[in-house]
Amino acid sequence: MLDSLLALGGLVLLRDSVEWEGRSLLKALVKKSALCGEQVHILGCEVSEEEFREGFDSDINNRLVYHDFFRDPLNWSKTGEALPGGPLGALRAMCNRTDLGPVTIALDSFSWLLLHLPCTTLCQTLHTVSHQDSCPPGDGSPVGKVHVLGLLHEELHGPGPMGALSSLAQTEVTLGGTMGQASARILCRRPRQRPTDQTQWFSILPDFSLDLQEGPSIESQPHSDPHIPPVDPTAHLTFNLHLSKKEREARDNLTLPFQFSSEKQEALLRPRPSQATSHIFYEPDAYDDLDQEDPDDDLDI
Amino acid sequence: MFPELNNLLNTTPDRAEQGKLTLLCDAKTDGSFLVHHFLSFYLKANCKVCFVALIQSFSHYNIVGQKLGVNLTMARERGQLVFLEGLKSAVDVFFQPQEKPHPLQFLREANAGNLKPLFEFVREALKPVGSGEAGWTYPVLLVDDLSVLLSLGLGAVAVLDFIHYCRATVCWELKGNVVVLVHDSGDVEDEENDILLNGLSHQSHLILRAEGLATGFCRDVHGQLRILWRRPSQSTSQRDQSLTYQYKIQDRSVSFFAKGMSPAVL
Repeated sequence: MLDSLLALGGLVLLRDSVEWEGRSLLKALVKKSALCGEQVHILGCEVSEEEFREGFDSDINNRLVYHDFFRDPLNWSKTGEALPGGPLGALRAMCNRTDLGPVTIALDSFSWLLLHLPCTTLCQTLHTVSHQDSCPPGDGSPVGKVHVLGLLHEELHGPGPMGALSSLAQTEVTLGGTMGQASARILCRRPRQRPTDQTQWFSILPDFSLDLQEGPSIESQPHSDPHIPPVDPTAHLTFNLHLSKKEREARDNLTLPFQFSSEKQEALLRPRPSQATSHIFYEPDAYDDLDQEDPDDDLDI
Repeated sequence: MFPELNNLLNTTPDRAEQGKLTLLCDAKTDGSFLVHHFLSFYLKANCKVCFVALIQSFSHYNIVGQKLGVNLTMARERGQLVFLEGLKSAVDVFFQPQEKPHPLQFLREANAGNLKPLFEFVREALKPVGSGEAGWTYPVLLVDDLSVLLSLGLGAVAVLDFIHYCRATVCWELKGNVVVLVHDSGDVEDEENDILLNGLSHQSHLILRAEGLATGFCRDVHGQLRILWRRPSQSTSQRDQSLTYQYKIQDRSVSFFAKGMSPAVL
């Protein structure tokens, strides 16, 4: 599915993040288009031309037309070398071309354009470019097929611009991955068909060809070893956790000291006559001074 | 420079990579030790350094630099170091007449301006002079830090454009390096700072992120450093690598160790 993305036509959005970058996938798709014989235009705003062409061999590089918006995008050097109209002007110029061959336009990146241009302008231009082949101009002349794809950095934009570009796109590829293995979630909306959603694991080889894979291997995933039985913590204790039957009966028959039962109530209400008076037994110490006289004798009461 | 950090980054002043953008960010802690590291690293690598210092004074960096074995005063005198002291020269914008725009001209502008004068200052400072000069290896731009530019009224896109032009000139045209520091606001909702940080993260080749420990302050472990290599230029089959270490800052050095392996707890 990943290698036939561009065949579907329309706008393809590559959503990447800081952790899972998308430029290598963009280059891989560009290489595929070039090998199919299409003319490929790159609107490069984020990296230099050398860095983008790095890794491609010469016959692919000959088919790439690089529009350099990296060196001086805002015309600060005032040398007049900057391409007039900026990236959108170049994009619109590609619509007005006269040759009929299929063309692929790669935008690096949509995020740069969204940060510098109003979202509505960009969306209108993209709509014009990508729907051009489905709505031929009034004079009946045939128009060649246009494929547009571009990078979009997810963290940089709010839900508004992201939603606007998503709704324009026929295919949305979100990059992610786990455990060093990259994956692409492909959401494809074709007209008059149900949208499809599938995940494809892949890796990019050094020459930017796409290597589709099955997914992270099962052995590398951590899982519990089934040969070790779970340990019972209540076995081999030094104390007793359970009661025997006799012990349980004895416990049930015990009256608690502060429980006010009916026997206790009656014992309190009827004093027992045979209760002897209490005695105090005192052993005098050696240095104790015992005087048998009553200290209160000389009181005259 | 900290030799242990050089080992972690697998680099030395003699064989450092060129044409790279390094992003330093800190969250809930102070990442300025990384700025001091790179300043002394590139001075020892015999590079021509342009330092846009917006946070501290020259003497602060000089004192720390002497502890790390570089003399900023001498480097400035012999032309190796071009130092823009933001705190002092910000006042010059208002009180001294200037023929051409001052690098910090945006401070005078009511609307959100752009950093073109600052970029032109950098380009002028780092442009290769004729062959008569003592041969510096390659130019380096160091900025401490970019978040303060947002506080001074610039938009995130203006700062991103400035770094874009610096990258185009210093990294691509002059084959030098750029190192910038950005603070991560973390829990505080700061959209402009997030756009700046994420935008720079996408452009960087190396991201060093100093974070405070999740459990709070500690005497023996001052924080955690996450190192993320992006865009490996040689082989794309090698996925972006990420490593995490904890560190303790001492008087003249910083020691790094694996998580949980601080000498204080072993």
